Amino acid sequence: MAVIIDKNTKIIIQGFTGKMGTFHADEMIKYGSNVVGGVTPGKGGTKHLNLPVFNTVKEAVDSTNATASILFVPPAFAADSAMEAADAGIRTCVAIVDGIPSHDMIKIKRYMRRYSKSEKMSLVGPNCAGIISPGKSMLGIMPGHIYKEGRVGIISRSGTLGYEAAQQLKDLNIGISTSVGIGGDPINGSSFKDIIGKFEEDDETDAILMIGEIGGPQEVAAGEFAKQNMKKPVIAYIAGLTAPKGRVMGHAGAIVSAYGESAVEKVEILREFGVTISKNPSVMGETVKDVLSRK
Amino acid sequence: MDIHEYQAKKLLAEFGVVIPRGGIAYSPENAENKAREIGGSKWVVKAQIHSGARGKAGGIILCNSPLEVAQATDKLLGKKLVTNQTGPQGKIVNRIYVEEATDIKKEFYLGLVFDRSSESIMVVASTEGGMSVEEISKEKPESIIRSKIEVAVGMQKFQAREIAFGLGVAPELINRTADTIIGCYRAFSELDATMVEINPLAVSGQGQILALDCKMSFDNNALFRRNQISELRDKTQENPSEVYASDRGLNYVSLEGNIGNIINGAGLAMASMDMIKLAGGEPANFLDVGGGATPEKIVKAFKLISMDEKVKVILVNIFAGINRCDWVAEGIVQALDKIEIKVPLVIRLAGTNVDKGNKILRESKIKYIEANSLEDAANKAVKILK
Repeated sequence: MAVIIDKNTKIIIQGFTGKMGTFHADEMIKYGSNVVGGVTPGKGGTKHLNLPVFNTVKEAVDSTNATASILFVPPAFAADSAMEAADAGIRTCVAIVDGIPSHDMIKIKRYMRRYSKSEKMSLVGPNCAGIISPGKSMLGIMPGHIYKEGRVGIISRSGTLGYEAAQQLKDLNIGISTSVGIGGDPINGSSFKDIIGKFEEDDETDAILMIGEIGGPQEVAAGEFAKQNMKKPVIAYIAGLTAPKGRVMGHAGAIVSAYGESAVEKVEILREFGVTISKNPSVMGETVKDVLSRK
Repeated sequence: MDIHEYQAKKLLAEFGVVIPRGGIAYSPENAENKAREIGGSKWVVKAQIHSGARGKAGGIILCNSPLEVAQATDKLLGKKLVTNQTGPQGKIVNRIYVEEATDIKKEFYLGLVFDRSSESIMVVASTEGGMSVEEISKEKPESIIRSKIEVAVGMQKFQAREIAFGLGVAPELINRTADTIIGCYRAFSELDATMVEINPLAVSGQGQILALDCKMSFDNNALFRRNQISELRDKTQENPSEVYASDRGLNYVSLEGNIGNIINGAGLAMASMDMIKLAGGEPANFLDVGGGATPEKIVKAFKLISMDEKVKVILVNIFAGINRCDWVAEGIVQALDKIEIKVPLVIRLAGTNVDKGNKILRESKIKYIEANSLEDAANKAVKILK
């Protein structure tokens, strides 16, 4: 069944008629994702890519029963769009956009506290590649063809490093149940820990590859969760061994500002939690293969 | 984005933080006049650079007459100050802040940052003012008071009072101290800051609560709605190559090694640098041309790297996702048609249409070494240097 999205997940595109929205909606449709329409305020009632356009997310949900959305709106409006999705009853919202102010991210997360756990949308991203359940559905901007269908779950902060992992696995004839890009920002919608638990419960996932980097507490929190709550093996690679302290390495969240946030420290702590470490980014695939063969 | 001390003080003063009288000066005469305007009998001349630890580097000078203020200014202006935060190249002093000297009775540390675990704003305070927060957490961790602020409702007076009492502030000064802390919180939250620091926050002999040194950093992603802040940027305080890169939409960090990198995506860039290090080399930079790796960005990246004289080898590592390797390869060929590269080049392409991409490169005039994995690319780049 994969996690978060499958073949039947109904998807709407927020920022549908813009250049990015159009291009990636088309890619998603070609991949086989069940895109049922989109939202562009002011263009409701028209058609785009042969699909209906709505003025509001609520109208789109009422009319299509969509449960997932993907945001292609500029950073300044992204918080508003994410909260609109949450309020309209969307279950999973992926924010691709890079450049949302941190104060806005905190605002979104506070806003979402008004919903009970069962009604709460899960936000993935921002500044991420999105989600793909290979062979079933793509809710993201990744190159779908490098993902082979299979039984390894991937969670990655980086987009291209996630692609690198998918390609390495494919070259070893190992497939992926679902790959989730959680994004490179300091405050994000879903953490490693939020996603890793979903993989633990998924019948079609055997092992989880976690691709982290310097900065923030999330990899360590996921490692601790895995030690306490998980039976499935977790493999991790942490990028940024050579990153100098206090400098932002491309991703707004990739900055070492406290103990436990450097690559070396994260690796040490994760090892103690029983996570298998991929010693360099070139052997992520082989490390997963080793772990699977030991099972 | 970082700003100068005097700019941070001016901003915080608008939120009710009390600062000593002072003024900015660009020449010794200017500074001397400022000292007379401010009045009193003792002044501090402070070099304005984007770095802490200026005192230890000789960037802060106590003066007993306006003439001494002029002399101290003369000594500092145009000088490069090297602190433990600037790196060996130091930072140039173009502005001087002249301030009345404060009779200090007590010094506190006050800082506000994002707490990524609780996704809230955290206030950190300590009785050990004057030391850096890293030193305090190492040497006097028991002196640290932390308070998480619920951003939906903002900082409450009781939270600020608790911190003030925790610092041992005299009862008659509790309200003033709490107002200062709340002022900092409001500045943090209303100006899209990522860091506010007052160190030291002093109790003066006259019973005032004064911010003696202030630092603020801001969220680059929010500058689009903060013109007032964007205008405070001082590019003379930034690495020239990094300014060149950021003006052209490239994510670049200058480093000490000699292997130049051109990579798409921040994570892949960090990973490639790791591979270089593991292979026994040192990266000269971090450079992310963006996930898309468009030909325009690749041209800009080659230009930027070719300006760096440290670079003895260039490693290109592109994972073409939505874009195709053949398109990326054409971008590389075009770039090298325009820019002459004098050092060896290692190129690794991966992803969509990798065979077509490699074919284009092989059939072009470019002299390069082909690599087929991250590890292979790093090993080949390092081997060239040996």
